[in-house]
Amino acid sequence: MTNETSTDRVLPMEVRRVTGRQRPTRHGGQSNPWAETKAMASETRTIRIEALARVEGEGALDIRLEGDRIEELKLRIYEPPRFFEAFLCGRPLEEVPDITARICGICPVAYMMTSVHALEAALGVTVPSEIRQLRRLLYCGEWIESHALHMHLLHAPDFLGYDSGLEMARDYPTELGRGLRLKKHGNQLLETLGGRAIHPINVAVGGFYRCPKRDELAALIPDFEWGVQAAAETTRWIAGFPYPHFERPYEMIALSHPDEYPMNEGRIVSNSGLSLPASDFETEFEEIHVPHSTALHAARRRDGSSYLVGPLARVTLNRDRLSPTARRVADEIAFEPSCRNPYKSLIARGLELIHAYEEALQILTNYAPPRTSRVTYKPRAGEGAAATEAPRGMLYHRYRIDEQGKIAFATIVPPTSQNQRQIEEDLRHLIPTILAETDDNLGRQCERLVRSYDPCISCSTHFLKIHIDRGERSLDPIASPSNVTPTP
Amino acid sequence: MSGKPRLAVFKFASCDGCQLSLLDAEDELLAIAGAVEIAYFLEASSRVLPGPYDVTLVEGSITTPHDAERIQEVRRQSKFLMTIGACATSGGIQALRNWASSEEYLRAVYARPEYIRTLSTSTAIADHVKVDFELRGCPINHHQLVEVLSSLIAGRTPRTPNHSVCLDCKRRGTVCVTVAQGIPCIGPVTHAGCGALCPHFDRGCYGCYGPAAQANPSSLNDWWMQHGHAPQQLVPLMRNFNGYAPSFRSESERLERMAATSHSSDQVGGNDK
Repeated sequence: MTNETSTDRVLPMEVRRVTGRQRPTRHGGQSNPWAETKAMASETRTIRIEALARVEGEGALDIRLEGDRIEELKLRIYEPPRFFEAFLCGRPLEEVPDITARICGICPVAYMMTSVHALEAALGVTVPSEIRQLRRLLYCGEWIESHALHMHLLHAPDFLGYDSGLEMARDYPTELGRGLRLKKHGNQLLETLGGRAIHPINVAVGGFYRCPKRDELAALIPDFEWGVQAAAETTRWIAGFPYPHFERPYEMIALSHPDEYPMNEGRIVSNSGLSLPASDFETEFEEIHVPHSTALHAARRRDGSSYLVGPLARVTLNRDRLSPTARRVADEIAFEPSCRNPYKSLIARGLELIHAYEEALQILTNYAPPRTSRVTYKPRAGEGAAATEAPRGMLYHRYRIDEQGKIAFATIVPPTSQNQRQIEEDLRHLIPTILAETDDNLGRQCERLVRSYDPCISCSTHFLKIHIDRGERSLDPIASPSNVTPTP
Repeated sequence: MSGKPRLAVFKFASCDGCQLSLLDAEDELLAIAGAVEIAYFLEASSRVLPGPYDVTLVEGSITTPHDAERIQEVRRQSKFLMTIGACATSGGIQALRNWASSEEYLRAVYARPEYIRTLSTSTAIADHVKVDFELRGCPINHHQLVEVLSSLIAGRTPRTPNHSVCLDCKRRGTVCVTVAQGIPCIGPVTHAGCGALCPHFDRGCYGCYGPAAQANPSSLNDWWMQHGHAPQQLVPLMRNFNGYAPSFRSESERLERMAATSHSSDQVGGNDK
């Protein structure tokens, strides 16, 4: 009944966060594992991370150790369920991009894009290449905003030993200032093309409500020219961070397209030779409901195994299709062609940041407004599925529409729920290497590994928390919502 | 202790977008972070300090028994509590469950509904505790957020305009999409704050900022019905991101009753717009 303890009142965070001002160990996970383990051989340690910070959404991490054996490990997502797939039913199909955008404030465009592609498949609508380019441009804006946010404000503080990006700004004003500006131009692109950065209003099934004028987009060009170079500098900077030595034999999954870096379309491929149309996602992958999570776990259908989606998988599987500057920087910093270190997802994000700026710049430069902003269609009964690459990895939607154009069925598989099982497995391999650490450090390092995935829990259902207990320590009612019941 | 106001940000059921708006104020972010002590803001900082807090921003709606308790504790710890966004001010899009059976919803989404603990309703923060200020929007406008925070830091009472989107279209010089193109638009009854975005992009307002002050949605919908729209077609516009705000809620329920009556007397015409 571990979940029930979370309603007790205390501030474990105080213990963890306030003492946690010390810098993280320089080589996370590399401390001498023999130092204290013997003394702890029969000890039970319950490590509960109460509320993971610097991630989007709410969740917790519960770890119970018997000596050096992991008895229990749960990435517990307790973000309240919001039931999107249920209330979409009966709504007019035109509303789906606007509604699914509200699943996530950080990557609304990913939801809008995936939903319009799936609905267009159901309606038999094909969009002209100009619309397709504008959609890629909008997606570039979101990748820029989301990657720049995660890199500078959420993840970099882990490597440099700060509690927040804002605190880091004191000692790294140039780097953080550049990061905020990189993020800002991503948002400006979203505003110009989408109306606003969070929950854009200009995405329609069939295209856009209004296509931007040439001047509106041309005004962004100088900032995007700066952005390509600035993103490259940022990537060189983060490539010099001290990365823990930790590698895992991932099955990496991403979309792949013959001519372009994957965003809106492509086949689902893996480093193990898998290749299938995106619409066949459900033949190879399935969602499993586990008791400790309001997010459904996704796993390989054949054996229930975990897999990795996101920037590291995308870069590994599509490196030759990165933009020229991104490819050049990847070579220059000697980014391993089949990097298996989850912490280095940060560098993969950097490479994609360069790519997104460079591709956006190209689209901005060549833009001529299309004759029509959207393809018209007649509602008809049908079913359609699509996958696109959200900033955090592959996102899949499938819809069934009735003859009046209302949604009859919806299913949505976000990237974080696909990575959730992989995160737990990574932790199972990390923990034995850091058993000698204090609870505080052990928890901190686990949280750091989780954060390297840039988990978006609002997406997957919607916040993280981590607990460390070596005895009874109860929890802050403010910090620890818990709506997930224990195993029945 | 620095003597700066202590800021806290708490999240309930939501998409994270409204608190992200604070991080999206790139030009003002460092200045704000310098003017306050960020005491609790998990999305931005691992440093967590206990209450009490001078200014608390609350995002999200109440959907679980635990959150119903947690908001009471947040209120106890907060001098000035401000809700940010449609979820916190009106229950959000997830309040659509309030018209459905949440057991059905659970079964539709989760294979093992017995693992999930949830309330049958999604409700606004003000339904549970006293709220000192509401900032509207799905999402909120970060310029408004910066302005409100600046007011609070300076010790002034924050003010945001409560007129309708319709007025902002006139100010902006946007040609009315309803008059010129016959597009259903609920800008006349929707609270300002977005800058009248949708009509500027050639589409009707869909009510992200909830009802304006003294909104009369029945009058607007009666006009649409006189012009050939069936009541059931008008329900989704009233019942989306702020559907559980009182005036939108009573209006969508009125439209639904009208639709049921016209159904039972077989008077339903074509559904074409």
